[in-house]
Amino acid sequence: MDLAAVLALEILNGIASLVLISVGLAIVFGMMRVINLAHGEFLMLGGYAAIVATNHGVNIWIAILVVAPIVVGIIGVVAERLIIRVLYGRMIDTLLATWGLSLFFIGLVTTIFGNTVNGIGAPLGAIAVGRYSISLYRLLLVGIAAAILVAIYVVLRTTRVGLLARGTMENPNMAAALGVSPPHVYAATFGVGAALTGLAGGLLAPISGVLPTVGAAYVAKAFITVISGGTAIMAGTASAASLFGSVNQLLTYLTTPVIGEAGLLAAAILLLRVLPHGITGKLFRGSL
Amino acid sequence: MIAVALGAPLVVDQFQLLQLTVFASMCILALSLGVVWGYAGILCFGQSAFFGLGAYTYAVTALNLGESTLAIVLAILLPSVFAALLGYFMFYGRLSDVYVGVITLSVTLIFFNLMNSTAGDAYRIGVARLNGFNGMPSLPTFNVPGNPGRLLDPTETFYLVMALLLIVYVGLHAMLASHFGRVVVAVRENETRCELLGYDVRRHKLLIFTLGGAIAGLAGSLFANWGAFVSPNVFSLTTTSQIIIWVIVGGLGTLVGPIIGCVVMQYLATELGTQQLANTSLIFGIIFLAFVLLVPRGIVPSLGVVRARLSAGRARSTA
Amino acid sequence: MTGPILQTVGLSIRFGGVEAVRGVNLCLGERELRCLIGPNGAGKSTLFKLLTGQLQPTAGRILFHGADITGHHTHAIARRGIGIKTQVPNLFDGLTVREHFWLSARRTNPRPRADAITDEILERVGLGAVADGVVGRLSHGLRQWVELGTVLAGNPELILLDEPAAGMTHDEVARTAELVREINRTHPLIVVEHDMQFVRMIARTVTVMHQGAVLVEDTMDQILKNSTVRDIYLGKHGGS
Repeated sequence: MDLAAVLALEILNGIASLVLISVGLAIVFGMMRVINLAHGEFLMLGGYAAIVATNHGVNIWIAILVVAPIVVGIIGVVAERLIIRVLYGRMIDTLLATWGLSLFFIGLVTTIFGNTVNGIGAPLGAIAVGRYSISLYRLLLVGIAAAILVAIYVVLRTTRVGLLARGTMENPNMAAALGVSPPHVYAATFGVGAALTGLAGGLLAPISGVLPTVGAAYVAKAFITVISGGTAIMAGTASAASLFGSVNQLLTYLTTPVIGEAGLLAAAILLLRVLPHGITGKLFRGSL
Repeated sequence: MIAVALGAPLVVDQFQLLQLTVFASMCILALSLGVVWGYAGILCFGQSAFFGLGAYTYAVTALNLGESTLAIVLAILLPSVFAALLGYFMFYGRLSDVYVGVITLSVTLIFFNLMNSTAGDAYRIGVARLNGFNGMPSLPTFNVPGNPGRLLDPTETFYLVMALLLIVYVGLHAMLASHFGRVVVAVRENETRCELLGYDVRRHKLLIFTLGGAIAGLAGSLFANWGAFVSPNVFSLTTTSQIIIWVIVGGLGTLVGPIIGCVVMQYLATELGTQQLANTSLIFGIIFLAFVLLVPRGIVPSLGVVRARLSAGRARSTA
Repeated sequence: MTGPILQTVGLSIRFGGVEAVRGVNLCLGERELRCLIGPNGAGKSTLFKLLTGQLQPTAGRILFHGADITGHHTHAIARRGIGIKTQVPNLFDGLTVREHFWLSARRTNPRPRADAITDEILERVGLGAVADGVVGRLSHGLRQWVELGTVLAGNPELILLDEPAAGMTHDEVARTAELVREINRTHPLIVVEHDMQFVRMIARTVTVMHQGAVLVEDTMDQILKNSTVRDIYLGKHGGS
């Protein structure tokens, strides 16, 4: 019974992890159709921001929840203005430029911080469930992941800002005619996506530590989740993350983590074969 | 190029000869992506997957058999089969360009993770231990077919690799001039029109993608032979982005471009490595960005444009 | 006469709540030249996409020479002998005119014959002068002819032309009409057009579509006198 509970929690952890690393990308891809290959590096930068802040005496919660998102959000806005905006509409070039950006960040961070693993301890400790102990921090992550999804849904659906963003994405000219400035909306959207990604990086830093190259581990999974999810930000990310998180964790439990990863990719390929436009291309159509 | 091939061993020392050998091997790898992306328009961001599969297949086979000939053959076949399977899923599933790019990228990254975790005695194929992130050392190098005792020396290896490069180059050139090759280019230009003319676009993409995988696999075996060593780095993000940079810098849509891009960037990387001036990723990232933003067509096509403008200018001034 | 070359039975396609093509029954004879007209959104181009396999119908069947080709792949239908010049020209912008015709002819002919056909079509369509020009840089009218020539080079049995006169000068329109009439001497055609002058130059039987369904089928003169047809065009086009 304890085992089942722990397994269930592991699965939830896997799903939450996927949600966290993917949601920023989902916003940028879902709303702007921009493929940001520097996404993994945004996660990495968020982690570094949190660690550096903590090592300089900032409270760990503030470092993770405030410093990380703000730092990466600003980086995102700058990148959008200098690079993304120039190449808007040229998908392949955007892919390549963001790839260059990712290499740039890796090189930059390696030059500044060196190649070793940095880390901070996971706060909150653990509780016991039967014979197993569960990290409370990981439970918190599950909660935060859910909260983020809800917040996105609420903002997009009920607030004026959300409506403006959606409208601009659908028809920038019309939005401009109504007095909204599309460049500002794009910058803000990319910034929000980057900030959420930075937050995720900060949140995951206590769990996995940061290396300049840690982004590569996340980028594949984030992209697979976003593309399999389809264009609906919330529903897509939630459904894809749930599916892949479960597959990954179950296979990991039954065999090895590597098989779990391979299983995730196999599931994605099969899914895309059946639903080429992602889950929300067919099901839950028209949702957010 | 032929002059370099014939003359080099007489002029350069052994170290430089080995450098040239690996440069030439990488040129073959560059050609594989040059054809798949530059001519067929397939956004394969994980060409290193086939390269790595070739390298590892060579390693495992050569260690088990002690003879290199079959190892090379398998190093070409296995990546081809994998490319065919992956290609089938992607092209017959009519996935769009962007998805192809992301999936191929993910495939190579997953291989990277997979191979990194194979350390330990349990992970072995035959007598070959995979060794995870440590890599597989002491690989048997190329021997004369049928004579495992007679290994090729560096000069002979150099000639072999240059010959292969030439064969691949000429072969691809011929293929692209053939009916099949011209259809492949047409597929890149307008898939719908190709279909409306009765060509099965999916099959053409699959075939060219598989060919690219085969050539990359060959390059992988050459690489494994060069260092007598293979590690999961062959699958890494760095490797796959290097291949892409070669093609971008050299120029999409030509065969000479990727070769030039490869040699230039390889030389640069070696110099940077020895000088320890700045982090390689940093420099590569900046070059990447610079080329995409400023010189999107790459060196060779841009030189072509410059040459055309210069000769037009000269014609005008003499008229 | 051995029977219709092309026949559709109750052909329909539905996109969500909209039925873009509704129960179309079309019957085309061996040497026919059928004009397909109707206001924007009537479903003409969608019908063409159904016929060429670019879209899959949600109901009905398509019969080519009596064989059921419903749901077949685009390239399979093209191989059976249906060629189409699409509404928005589908061309290989980076390739030359010669290359276009050659690729089309080469699929079913060995190299020497393909070369010969290429030259023939270049002359027939009158594009010899721009044979080695890159198609992406040609004017719109020339591009239309390139696409027409590309389709002809493959020698299809049935030719579909979607707005072949669009964007053409007056002289180009006349030349195109002449070409179409000449093609019709050996091949059946279905032509979608908005330019009524052009339609009058070539028309025999005219099918009028409206809101996805066939409204009326008759000779050009009768269609022009038909008040319902005039109504649906709301005075936009029609006789002058």
